[in-house]
Amino acid sequence: MLLYSFLKTITEKEIVIELKNDLKIRGTLKSVDQFHNIRIDDIQIMNLDQYPHLAAVKSLFVRGPSIRYVYLPKEAVDVDLLQEASRREALNAKIMAN
Amino acid sequence: MSAPLEIVRSRIDEKIVVKLRDNREVTGTLHAYDEHCNLVLGDAEETVYKVGSEHKIETSKNTTEMLFVRGDQVIYILLN
Repeated sequence: MLLYSFLKTITEKEIVIELKNDLKIRGTLKSVDQFHNIRIDDIQIMNLDQYPHLAAVKSLFVRGPSIRYVYLPKEAVDVDLLQEASRREALNAKIMAN
Repeated sequence: MSAPLEIVRSRIDEKIVVKLRDNREVTGTLHAYDEHCNLVLGDAEETVYKVGSEHKIETSKNTTEMLFVRGDQVIYILLN
């Protein structure tokens, strides 16, 4: 749930997603859900030579499990806050397990 | 006894090396992770290993300031 909340803070920012079929898409993150499904707008295919049939596509829904990487804008990420949240989540999980 | 992922918690804000599927490896500073091994890495460097001509191993590298890695790609995390 932590990284879903984190990705939600990146909405309306420009990101690049790399899929497991090597397709690389640059665009604006419009929305994300708990499965990391992503709606991305104003897209531009970065390796269009391999995927020419997507040249005219403007907007995509990407299924979460087909994502390999999301390249994030560094300035949109509060590193200290993120690390603290991750530590807290891990501690909570430990408490729940006992 | 502590859960395996607890060792990963102690590596937050430290440099880690992660082996991924499809002959990929990423090194970077661990900012966050979850129970699926989804990771957020800072100043990440991805290395892709390929077998080139005459069975030589070729590598290509990419660097990113902030990278989200999907957990289902992770094979192992080095703890050196």
